[in-house]
Amino acid sequence: MKRFSETINVRELLRPIGQMIAFSLGGGAVLSLVVVLLALLLDQTAVGQNLQARYSVSLVTYTLANLPQVLIDGLTIGFVYAAIALGYTMVYGVLEFINFAHSEIFAVGAFVGVEILIALKNAGILSAASLGVAYLILLLALLAGMTASGFLAVAVERIAYRPLRGAPRLVPLISAIGVSFFLQDIIRLVESLTTGQFNRIIPTFGNFDERLIFGQLPLGATTVVLGVQIKSLIVILVAVIMLVGLNYLVNATKIGKAIRAVAQDRPTASLMGIDVNRIISITFLIGGTLGGAAGVLYALKFTRIDPFVGFFPGLKAFTAAVLGGIGNLTGALLGGIVLGLLETFAGAFMSAFTMGAAGAEYKDIFAFGILILVLIFRPNGLMGENVSQKA
Amino acid sequence: MSKRIFALFSLLIAASMLLAACGPAASSTEAPAATTQTIKIATQSPLSGDQSVLGVDIKRGAEMALEQNNAALLALGFKVELTPFDDQANPDTGVANAKQIVSDPAILCGVGHLNSGVMIPSSEEYHNAGLVFVSPGNTNPKITDRGYLEVNRIVGRDDVQGVVGADFANKQGMKSIFIVHDKTAYGQGVAEFFKQEAEKLGMTVTGFEGTEEKANFDSLLTPILASNSDMVFFGGLYPQAGVLFKQAREKGYAGTFMGPDGMDSSALVDIAGPTLLDGGGMVYSTVAGPASVYPGTAKFVADFKAKYNADPQPFSAQSFDSMNICLKAIEEAVKAKGGALPTRTEVANAVRALKDFPGITGTFTFNAIGDPTFASYFVIKVNSADPAKWGENAVIETLSIAPPSK
Repeated sequence: MKRFSETINVRELLRPIGQMIAFSLGGGAVLSLVVVLLALLLDQTAVGQNLQARYSVSLVTYTLANLPQVLIDGLTIGFVYAAIALGYTMVYGVLEFINFAHSEIFAVGAFVGVEILIALKNAGILSAASLGVAYLILLLALLAGMTASGFLAVAVERIAYRPLRGAPRLVPLISAIGVSFFLQDIIRLVESLTTGQFNRIIPTFGNFDERLIFGQLPLGATTVVLGVQIKSLIVILVAVIMLVGLNYLVNATKIGKAIRAVAQDRPTASLMGIDVNRIISITFLIGGTLGGAAGVLYALKFTRIDPFVGFFPGLKAFTAAVLGGIGNLTGALLGGIVLGLLETFAGAFMSAFTMGAAGAEYKDIFAFGILILVLIFRPNGLMGENVSQKA
Repeated sequence: MSKRIFALFSLLIAASMLLAACGPAASSTEAPAATTQTIKIATQSPLSGDQSVLGVDIKRGAEMALEQNNAALLALGFKVELTPFDDQANPDTGVANAKQIVSDPAILCGVGHLNSGVMIPSSEEYHNAGLVFVSPGNTNPKITDRGYLEVNRIVGRDDVQGVVGADFANKQGMKSIFIVHDKTAYGQGVAEFFKQEAEKLGMTVTGFEGTEEKANFDSLLTPILASNSDMVFFGGLYPQAGVLFKQAREKGYAGTFMGPDGMDSSALVDIAGPTLLDGGGMVYSTVAGPASVYPGTAKFVADFKAKYNADPQPFSAQSFDSMNICLKAIEEAVKAKGGALPTRTEVANAVRALKDFPGITGTFTFNAIGDPTFASYFVIKVNSADPAKWGENAVIETLSIAPPSK
């Protein structure tokens, strides 16, 4: 016991938490500043008058009243993206190719978790569960999703990527896209055969749908209720725990050192007695596990899943990984948070700032436009250059 | 070794592609039997994917009609077969299927689709090939406004449905409405008709937004909540609407939800649950009332339950009627030709020539462009959070309206 506390590296535990807080506050502050400044600038123009006419409230009030809720929503989705992005970035760090099947590994995690919950609901356990049991059940669903996704990721690597390891880099990429389609249809097939339909709804249980109300902000004739759903808090909390755990594993354990060694120089690492195949499998296991957990969290937050549920979150998470600097763990975290905030801000405020001409439907265009701008000036991503360490 | 495996794989893939390409075509090359000739009737509806709940029952409705009413044609020496196609609610798939359908000379009539956005491009193929289709559920005006002889429907139109919805909202005292649509021909179409009428009636439209989002409506909900609208109207289908409504309630929206006939599926309650009953509740307009509102459907519902062990979803009874119209038209065409196999054009003309065809969901006569001379419109309120009780939703308003004259 004494040895354990001596060997634990507190600095590596606290550092990622610090980073997350810094990124969330920093990203939130910058974006808030931008929209508030824009609101102040445009308040007296036609834009402000248009909003006054539509919602009978000034642009500044509208912006300020909605800001806290938008920040919370943006952070929630941002942490989901970050958890998925870690899977892309870990594999890229070690193998330097993009595992496009990761979005389906995420979807499998979501399905396993939701199917377990549905089975428990049908057995009558879910509705009878007390609050504590409900949380335990959620934990069980999370762990099941993580296990399934983790082992699936390892299997995918073994079957579809390892035989192609010596091939040109585009070949495993195509293989990954193939695996992605294959898994989508496998989910479809299995769900259709066993349940007759493949759109699954996560059952309502526990107090996850409840909302903690912090207060009300006046907004013209109405008020904005400021609150956060318990499930959003759970999403953020679980994501933070996973991110901290991963960071610790990679930076402060022997396995992590081996992963980093393989990422830096595979032949040399194998000369030093590291079993490269095993380390690559472990990398996929970790990435898949995180993806599976993200899948269950996603289903919890957004209710409905289908076999293609992985596509958009996967694409966004991949984008987040690139935005942060692919191959870099801290970068994936930053990228996820920034992308989540960006798209939520864009969706929430574009309609007001463009007089209703471009609404929430354009949020992705806006977010990806920013991504292109960032990559023009920092082609390696936000954190791509200043950290040399990979994986 | 790995090279050989790779070669084997590519061979396998090539072989499966070949098989896929040849499979369906092979069946059409069968020579017709000397005594009984085979006629095929196609259905196109989403049998997989989000909207398969409705699409599968469209196929089942047609299947049942064929089983029950093929005797007349059999007596004339024609065996009728059903060839169902899965359009996946996707225009590309629908058109690809349509090409396959028109290339099969045995197919003389078709029933479908569910989605207007799929029907519009697919029906160009039917039109070019002269193949008649009877639609059990497409409501977009453009379906029939092109004036194609081959395109018919037995339900109402969105330019009427949107007006019916807006009139109802107005009567309920709604002052401000936020409109969201799914950017499809159907969803955006009906949302625009709703908007026009709402503005004409003096209601305030606080927003008009399209979205393809299926999961995360957080950012769209910010303006919706800020607008403090009495009603949120969603032009689209239930898979998106259910999630949007649920998240809106979770964020504290207390007004009324409304939607067009795309809301009409028990799967909506599956997703949104009791949030549909909270606050102002939820109403929807539709062109296909629950099977129970039609006097003639009791037998249909009982047969359907016996055969498939489930209640029919909306549009299933309409599909039953559409298939019967196909069968009747083919029969008439055969008789007019003295017992010989009719051409597609003759069948298409026979569909239009039907007068007061007694269906279970109404009596149908088609006008010059393929709309029924009278169509029913309903406004229905959701009554229960139990998906099994979807059929018991309260019909608040029933209207019978002729299509707008050009």
